[in-house]
Amino acid sequence: MSNRHIVILGNGITGVTAARYIRKRCDDRITVVSGESEHHFSRTALMYIFMGDLTYQDTKPYSDDFWPKNRIELKHGWVEQIDTGNQRLNFQGGDFLSYDELILATGARPNKFGWPGQDLEGVQGLYSYQDLENMEKYAPTTRRAVIAGGGLIGVEVAEMLLSRGIEVTFLVREKLFWNSVLPGGDAALVGREILRHGVDLRMESELKEVLSDSKGRARAVVTKSGEEIPCEMVFLTAGVSPNVALAKDAGVACDRGILVDSCFRTSTPHVWAGGDCAQHREVPPGRRPVEQVWYTGKIHGEHIAANLCGEERTYKPGIWFNSAKFFDIEYQTYGVVLSQPTPAEEDFFWEDKDGRISIRLRFEKESGAVTGVNVFGLRHRHVVWEHWIAGKIPVTDVLSDLGAANFDPEFYHQYEPDILAAFQAEFPQFPARLRTRKGLFSDFIKNLFAHRGTEVTEVGA
Amino acid sequence: MNDLTSNLSYESHSIAHSGDRLGVLEKTALAFVASGLLLLAASLFGVSSKMPEATRALWLAVAWASIAGGGLTFGLHKHLTDKPGIRNNRKTTDSLTARGAWGWSLAILLTSFYIVLYWFPGLLDGLIRLHDPLSQALRGKAADQWFVYGTFYTFAILVMGAKAIAKYRHSRYQILRTSVIMITQLGFAYLLPAVFAKLNQPEVYLSYLWPLAYDKLFPGTLDQFLQAGNIGFFIVGWFVIGTLIATPVLTYFYGKRWYCSWVCGCGGLANTAGDSFRQNSDKSLKAWKIERWTIHSVLALIVILTTLLWFEPVMPDVLKGPVYLLRQWYGFLIGAAFAGVIGVGFYPLMGTRVWCRFGCPMAAILGLLQRFNSRFRITTNGAQCISCGNCSKYCEMGIDVRHYAQRGQNIIRASCVGCGLCAAVCPRGVLSLENGPKDDRYNHEKGLSLLGDLKSL
Repeated sequence: MSNRHIVILGNGITGVTAARYIRKRCDDRITVVSGESEHHFSRTALMYIFMGDLTYQDTKPYSDDFWPKNRIELKHGWVEQIDTGNQRLNFQGGDFLSYDELILATGARPNKFGWPGQDLEGVQGLYSYQDLENMEKYAPTTRRAVIAGGGLIGVEVAEMLLSRGIEVTFLVREKLFWNSVLPGGDAALVGREILRHGVDLRMESELKEVLSDSKGRARAVVTKSGEEIPCEMVFLTAGVSPNVALAKDAGVACDRGILVDSCFRTSTPHVWAGGDCAQHREVPPGRRPVEQVWYTGKIHGEHIAANLCGEERTYKPGIWFNSAKFFDIEYQTYGVVLSQPTPAEEDFFWEDKDGRISIRLRFEKESGAVTGVNVFGLRHRHVVWEHWIAGKIPVTDVLSDLGAANFDPEFYHQYEPDILAAFQAEFPQFPARLRTRKGLFSDFIKNLFAHRGTEVTEVGA
Repeated sequence: MNDLTSNLSYESHSIAHSGDRLGVLEKTALAFVASGLLLLAASLFGVSSKMPEATRALWLAVAWASIAGGGLTFGLHKHLTDKPGIRNNRKTTDSLTARGAWGWSLAILLTSFYIVLYWFPGLLDGLIRLHDPLSQALRGKAADQWFVYGTFYTFAILVMGAKAIAKYRHSRYQILRTSVIMITQLGFAYLLPAVFAKLNQPEVYLSYLWPLAYDKLFPGTLDQFLQAGNIGFFIVGWFVIGTLIATPVLTYFYGKRWYCSWVCGCGGLANTAGDSFRQNSDKSLKAWKIERWTIHSVLALIVILTTLLWFEPVMPDVLKGPVYLLRQWYGFLIGAAFAGVIGVGFYPLMGTRVWCRFGCPMAAILGLLQRFNSRFRITTNGAQCISCGNCSKYCEMGIDVRHYAQRGQNIIRASCVGCGLCAAVCPRGVLSLENGPKDDRYNHEKGLSLLGDLKSL
């Protein structure tokens, strides 16, 4: 099986993870193709380049000599067409590359919903390096920008623009920020943080069209309520869609994304897909068909590498988790927390008096088993929540050991007693008593896992 | 771009980067700092021991009040007018912090100051005489170049420490750590030695142990202390216990940070006055390789030198010559050129911990202890890392933190001084400085410290 030529289209996290893990397993020739950039960089860090926290060079997770050292060839160029019949990629400019196996890791692009003026100069999303270049190009001549679409990218763009002294108007369709994903209290907390930083945040407000100046650059937006807001840049941040055009043209089966089985094979022989561009035919429990986050791209890449090298590995990503930062407030989520609890779930929400720190728990009414958590302004320990949720640990035990999940820096105020008191007031039927505090890391984690068996049986009483 | 600009109804350059303009208050504050420094510089030409003490005292007081007042106003205003939180904007574009013209100028200025201080102190005579009144008050004797240097050093740590606290006021770890550094410098490395001097006792800095204060375990030095009576006995006990017992015990429990980031004046200066330059440390593998050679060579040198000094009485004929030479060269090359000139002079170019990372033998010992016999680690939180690179960028020791974090591995590196900034700048809550059982420090799979247990679920 050696001496195949494996070509990876896309040098994002999925593509390079696949390349690295293939190289760990075998000696095949590997080429990573990208039109976006010569080397892999972390697109999650684009905002930090713009704000001057990092240089582009700083955002490369591997130094430039990593690739030749690991015999991973890099080809910088845009692919025009995938010829699955002859198993080759045709590049713009006439170049081509033959493959034995092809991995599509083409990523995604900002959604455009057919707004008039959406392709004007100064109108863009933020996903690729080219988006950053455009931002740099137009920012110096921008006094006000309008961001349309509330979500993680929108908040990042707002922070970026404010760092350059550009005023920001933020149009959000929902009543509360990102309320389609976040429950009410959480969404309100994020909304307050956005306002605190001086963003002109407009809820229940939607983009209708972008108006052009005489030179084809955005000069204003019109909202659905008919208001005209003058601006020099418009950011479209209502989610992203998989890049499927090349695959579709090549006859690879696509829906929203490139369709893959649980081993990341597409409908076309010798063609695989993963990352932001892929859509699972079978959706693992608690997950979604298209998952466009950094770590899923990484897991996809690892799985493709294993399967390509003959180890059958089906996709079992485990407990959902994610994190983000809304200006100065960090957010982490583990398990499933829908914006509304299901009828079988209880919901517990606590926030501190300033409304900048919060925790939300979801647990089953019957068994008390925890199913998910959102924390804002607190850092929690991934390993502990994974254990609690996968093990269906009852909320009583979880709250009693809540200190075990505390991942805040040393000397930080510990909120566990307040959280527990609020919980007891609301759910006296789940009596918990605080038995672990952060500070004795070794002991409390050890105890937590050592006594797991017995504690589970006591629960829910 | 010109076309675009002219199209707009306002001037483009007045909009962009409006955030980095200095306000009137900040400009005034900087003017005070500058005039204070000029006053000090003027003393180089106009002050001698003939000038009345009262005049010198006033001159000195006005100069330092101006520097400290201006510095505090500037630093506090800069950070307190911004919201609490991590603000590293424009670090990679500002001339001062990104090795531009300002950065180079400052580096040249600092380096020149150290060269004069170490090898041409005669040029500083006016400045030294200016500090006589303060030295008389504190130490009961005339100033020398090291007292002047200590005064500069302590002012820098106190003023810039206040700025650092304002900058990191959202983090109790940083507030506490910086406060302890400031108090240690003022008390243990400035006032207490002065009190000793006033009592006619050895003027020692208790915050520097062997081998950083390399002569502290030399037989001759110990003799000298022991002849000084009770305080001398205390000092000898302090250095012996500090080096042989406290160092390994504290490092076992807390890692080298107990010293490098909470006590040591070199670390203190780096984390206060030097904080704006921490990102300029070299993160390359090559730098790490060089670092391991240089720092352990210095350690070997000082261990050899100390051992030879203890053996010297046994075979004085053989050892006297080489030991004298070695001692002189160590003092010149390591004590002065490396620790001082390069260590601080190169802040704006190579980051703030050049000495700590490439040269300090104390850091080398603490590093070996931390690497092989300590409960300290930086824990990586599961698989939350997004490889953004902030942790590596702002590591003053040049550790490529991301290399470990993105693989889900904990970070256990000899050089880590535990300043806590990697954890602070992480936008996803991935890193945490922790002490825990030695056996589960490394987690290569996913950073899940109890992976075995979890797999059985």
